Amino acid sequence: MPLKIISSNCTSCSACEPECPNVAIFEKGGTFVINPKKCTECIGHFDAPQCAAVCPIEDTCVIDDSVPRYQAPA
Amino acid sequence: MQASTPHEPTEVTPVVNVEDVMQQVAEHKGCGTSGGSGKASCGSAAGQGDLPTEIWEKVKNHPCYSEEAHHHYARMHVAVAPACNIQCNYCNRKYDCANESRPGVVSEKLTPEQAAKKVLAVASTIPQMTVLGIAGPGDPLANPEKTFKTFELIAKTAPDIKLCLSTNGLALPDHVDTIARFNVDHVTITINMVDPEIGAKIYPWVFWNHKRYTGVEAAKILTDHQMRGLEMLTERGILCKVNSVMIPGVNDKHLVEVNRAVKSRGAFLHNIMPLISAPEHGTVFGLTGQRGPTAQELKALQDSCEGEMNMMRHCRQCRADAVGLLGEDRSAEFTTDKIMAMEVNYDLDTRKAYQAKVEEERLAKVTAKQEELSTLAGEMSDIKLLVAVATKGSGLINEHFGHAKEFQIYELSTSGAKFVGHRRVDLYCQGGYGEEDSLETIIRAINDCHAVFVAKIGGCPKADLLKAGIEPVDQFAHEFIEKSAIGWFKSYLDKVNGGEIEHIQRGDAEIRQGALISAA
Ligand code: SF4
Ligand code: SF4
Repeated sequence: MPLKIISSNCTSCSACEPECPNVAIFEKGGTFVINPKKCTECIGHFDAPQCAAVCPIEDTCVIDDSVPRYQAPA
Repeated sequence: MQASTPHEPTEVTPVVNVEDVMQQVAEHKGCGTSGGSGKASCGSAAGQGDLPTEIWEKVKNHPCYSEEAHHHYARMHVAVAPACNIQCNYCNRKYDCANESRPGVVSEKLTPEQAAKKVLAVASTIPQMTVLGIAGPGDPLANPEKTFKTFELIAKTAPDIKLCLSTNGLALPDHVDTIARFNVDHVTITINMVDPEIGAKIYPWVFWNHKRYTGVEAAKILTDHQMRGLEMLTERGILCKVNSVMIPGVNDKHLVEVNRAVKSRGAFLHNIMPLISAPEHGTVFGLTGQRGPTAQELKALQDSCEGEMNMMRHCRQCRADAVGLLGEDRSAEFTTDKIMAMEVNYDLDTRKAYQAKVEEERLAKVTAKQEELSTLAGEMSDIKLLVAVATKGSGLINEHFGHAKEFQIYELSTSGAKFVGHRRVDLYCQGGYGEEDSLETIIRAINDCHAVFVAKIGGCPKADLLKAGIEPVDQFAHEFIEKSAIGWFKSYLDKVNGGEIEHIQRGDAEIRQGALISAA
């Protein structure tokens, strides 16, 4: 499962964008969004999802249950 | 990140002894009025005193440093740095940083290119604009590309504009060399504690080295970086100011210790600001009911730190994108749409000519004050009192009572007139008609003052002020502030000595929480 950004919470502060190791985050229509195809939940890069760690608004960068969980390459 | 490694020795030695500079700046500022110690040490009429020319050049036109200069020169901010790397309990990230900006206000986000154009447009229209700051709405050093790109663009076209930035200090050690390379004139660090236990009550977390740290651990990282960053700036001869937010019951007593810590590391100015906190700001402190200090508590803390180091009292917690002089805000004239449509012709010579005229004005003001001060020479009295002044700049009493958005507060004693702060008030006069409620607000804001100096005032507010025990003074309209205040004080003393009036202490005043939000 990749992460998603709850757009009604997002302040567009852009803090998450440069932290993503997969360049999965971009600005769209005034808020930031995550490309689910690129997001790896930061697995293999960092201990915790970077977007969620830096985001100033709690519960804004959250797991997206609607998409299958990311599988780290064996 | 290299921030975790101990910093390498550097070949750069400080340009000047910061202790000396601080002392001289303090004396310059005071012109014989500092802290009631009666030091009459304002060397030259122009105010340089014994200050090394290089530092004097840096501070003399600096609205952020020189209390006297902020009557004549202006700074502006551009909001190019939206991201932040720490969380503060006095901040609501839905809005701008509550420390550097007015709470509850959102700045217009600009790209570095838009920001550079805005700066040139403003500087061409307002020749007093001499300083550009990047202070948010997030942390400039959490947005290093945007911040330094903006500096680069401005330095190319407008080399006479001084650059400054404000930071929480977390990423400072990583960027000190870049700051030095861009010739940044001064850096402001917000330091609210040097004790991580206290820090944990102010900062829920910091994001550093790809990790979110919380609690005491977070505050420890932050304070380490702040202290190291400050030392590194001092080593490179970059002026460094420290801002602290006074949070009663959390860090109020501790700020004396902070003051010592930053002084010993070379900070040359310390600015203690009141916590601005109301539930509607949605900050943690706002929601928990953490109160801000009263005017008296703030002044007492500033006074207790003054013996240690030069204090700054004219910070008006302006908006991150404010434009103008002395708390005025002309940003509506410079919206992105208007700027992008503007044809900007940056004329360095016109700006220089204008600034030369301002220098003459300043000289005249200092001379007038010195002359008036000499009339107080023989006076012996322990009386110390506060007065409020309505001004729109140039060091003159030139604002109508009903138009004042803020009042400058001066402390008067036999050693002269000392600027001790300013008070924001909501506009009392909207379209010429006074409103009773606003008048009460103003009276509460300046309730600790004996008199209010204005260029003009209507009959009704005059009567109400008198009833509240504040004397409205309009006979010095369009005259120099300090000269007039000293003159008035002298006649006040005469009346007290002659038994005509009795000197009584005034009560405390209220610090407006989020004043001007409604006008934004
Ligand atoms: S979880 Fe990691 S990879 Fe996914 S969007 Fe956030 S920062 Fe990028
Ligand atoms: S860090 Fe959070 S608030 Fe800021 S842009 Fe990313 S999702 Fe939005």
